[in-house]
Amino acid sequence: MENLPRLKRTPLYAKHLELGAKMVEFGGWEMPVQYAGILEEHQAVRHTAGLFDVCHMGEIQVLGAGAAAFLQRVLTNDVVKMAAGQVIYTLMCYPDGGIVDDMLVYKLDDEKYMLVVNAGNTDKDWNWLREYAHVHAYKEQAEDFILQNISAEVGLLALQGPRAEEILVGIGSVSLKDLRYYRFAVTELAGIKVIISRTGYTGEDGFEIYVGAGNVPAIWDLVMEAGKAQGLVPAGLGARDTLRFEAGLPLYGHELTEKTTPLEAGLEYFVAWEKGDFVGKEALLAQKKEGVPRKLVGLTMLERGIPRAGYPIEKGGVRIGEVTSGSYAPSLEQNLGLAYVLSDEAWLDNEVEVMIRGKALKAKICKKPFYRRTR
Amino acid sequence: MNYPEELSYTREHEWIRVEGKKGIIGITDYAQDSLGDVVFVELPEVGRKLKIGEVFGVVESVKAVSDIYSPCSGVVRAVNEKLLDHPEILNQDPYGEGWLIEVEMEELDSELLSSIEYADFAAGEE
Repeated sequence: MENLPRLKRTPLYAKHLELGAKMVEFGGWEMPVQYAGILEEHQAVRHTAGLFDVCHMGEIQVLGAGAAAFLQRVLTNDVVKMAAGQVIYTLMCYPDGGIVDDMLVYKLDDEKYMLVVNAGNTDKDWNWLREYAHVHAYKEQAEDFILQNISAEVGLLALQGPRAEEILVGIGSVSLKDLRYYRFAVTELAGIKVIISRTGYTGEDGFEIYVGAGNVPAIWDLVMEAGKAQGLVPAGLGARDTLRFEAGLPLYGHELTEKTTPLEAGLEYFVAWEKGDFVGKEALLAQKKEGVPRKLVGLTMLERGIPRAGYPIEKGGVRIGEVTSGSYAPSLEQNLGLAYVLSDEAWLDNEVEVMIRGKALKAKICKKPFYRRTR
Repeated sequence: MNYPEELSYTREHEWIRVEGKKGIIGITDYAQDSLGDVVFVELPEVGRKLKIGEVFGVVESVKAVSDIYSPCSGVVRAVNEKLLDHPEILNQDPYGEGWLIEVEMEELDSELLSSIEYADFAAGEE
């Protein structure tokens, strides 16, 4: 493998090498793509549990009396109605409705919020937030909030899978049974201050653990040790991708880009029309009124082949769309894809062709998510 | 990594076992390990004529799509159809059960590497 220039490394870099991980570039970071193998790690998360190093994710704090009002303007979802201890998923759009990024918002208290953003977008988000903060401050005559990029100081681990709760409870000190989906607790693990949320990117039950960067290896070891009996394995970005893909969760750079809108991506649920004005609202309302030109759909192959990102989709020789993510789906044992197609063609069971190495292979539009866990 | 001495290797990570006019072709241990879990294999039709260096198949892992190049010219006489339903065999036994195709050879690529040369080459790829 070539030497990649100045990639960032997480506090667990040495640990990954020790565990025999294959390292790859992702969003400017050198990250483990797999340890034992993607399929094995995928199945572990579906059936027992996996631990992911996701320290590459960015964290941005918004502090002050005006924090909520600012976020209400710059994000699509409703921040003002959040309770302390709650997490929401949201998009951040440009005025034209294109997506800057998708992210989680944590409300610590009325004057303290944390945004968790994609690694590869952290700088872009930071710059956009700062730029818009000036506009907002000018418009509203309000300068009662500050932004802090705390990405370098905050580490993040994701413990995912049906046995995740049991494993964390085993470490003690926290009552996680009461922690509902998309809620978090500020607590301690073995005397180390952490934030634990019941969130994830796999389609399974699980938790995300925020901890000071210096304490990341200690928490990793603690959780790995506690999970031994339950079959916990380290899991890499490869499995993270197949898991999120099966669960129909979008990935920035694939399903979401500056050229796609939340409506096209089927994420209108996270656009709070009623909350008042926000960046992108006008453009999105116009698109809603006119109807979206294309939609994100699921694809299942009817002939042998794996759809991959960028492959064209045709119908009767006419191009109607493009694959954004595609893979062999280990939990469904099928070759599946996510794709944008023209809205007129975006109907269930519509037979289309995916162009794979010059051949038109039959596929049909199917329901997504492909995988839903049984609760 | 294991690179049997009786095989010849390409810089694109294929191996060929020459038995008289017959050539059996597969991918190396290094190739299967780099790809990771193989989930899809596309093979040529029996009877297809191959040139040296021609792409005759595709091996896909969860994350990667990899073309397979022919180390010889000739005619495809058999393909390993077992791989179509069980691509994982390629990871488990790349030099045995995981063979890809059998070719009636015309000419062998003159640039092929020995086991020792290939081991050096593969080590340099990492």
